[in-house]
Amino acid sequence: MFAISDEEIPVGDLRKGLTDSGAGGLCVFEGWVRNENDGRAVNRLEYEVYEPLAIQEGTKVLEEAKQKFPFLRASCVHRSGLLEIGDCAVWVGVVAPHREEAFKACRYIIDQIKNRLPIWKKEHYADGDSDWVNCERCANVNAQSGAGN
Amino acid sequence: MKNITVRYFAMFREHAGLGEETLSLNVSTALDVFEQTRSRHGSSEPIGHCKVAVNDEMVDWSSAVNDGDTVLLFPPVAGG
Repeated sequence: MFAISDEEIPVGDLRKGLTDSGAGGLCVFEGWVRNENDGRAVNRLEYEVYEPLAIQEGTKVLEEAKQKFPFLRASCVHRSGLLEIGDCAVWVGVVAPHREEAFKACRYIIDQIKNRLPIWKKEHYADGDSDWVNCERCANVNAQSGAGN
Repeated sequence: MKNITVRYFAMFREHAGLGEETLSLNVSTALDVFEQTRSRHGSSEPIGHCKVAVNDEMVDWSSAVNDGDTVLLFPPVAGG
């Protein structure tokens, strides 16, 4: 299940929804809003999402992950709208019989979500300025080191 | 000339000063739409990691556009 939410991500409910008697483990990635980027103090973030294609592409990412790393269940929810420091911006959970598939599928899903979905991030800085995050640079960094949040 | 509805997102919307407009354009491909609207709005964003969709389907820049199509221009994405 992939979804976009303009409200706080219901982490507990998502976790319960993945319950499966064949599961040997759950691997979760939570992306949080941090208080700085590139040396600039950040006060909050704003996500703009084009929902029809984000949902279509996000669903496709989960299907691809299942083909590559067979797991039992997976969910991913990405936030839209205004977020404060410490808020959960994206949640990925994968349950599988063994940890190998769970870890790999979780990593694949978050990397693809960051690089493919029509979602844009605007940072609001402590000095009152704001700017769209330049993700051409992010994409290059991610490709080299797997970095990001 | 083809009537094309162009939708702008994030920084593209801010550069254009509007979210959507219908234009009469002499274009063959999605790339033509990107280039003509970029010069129209004085944007200098390189095509780099930009993406495009036609009628809610992600396509390559070389894809054909037809009269009445809606072209969605996506600046570099930044999910997560």
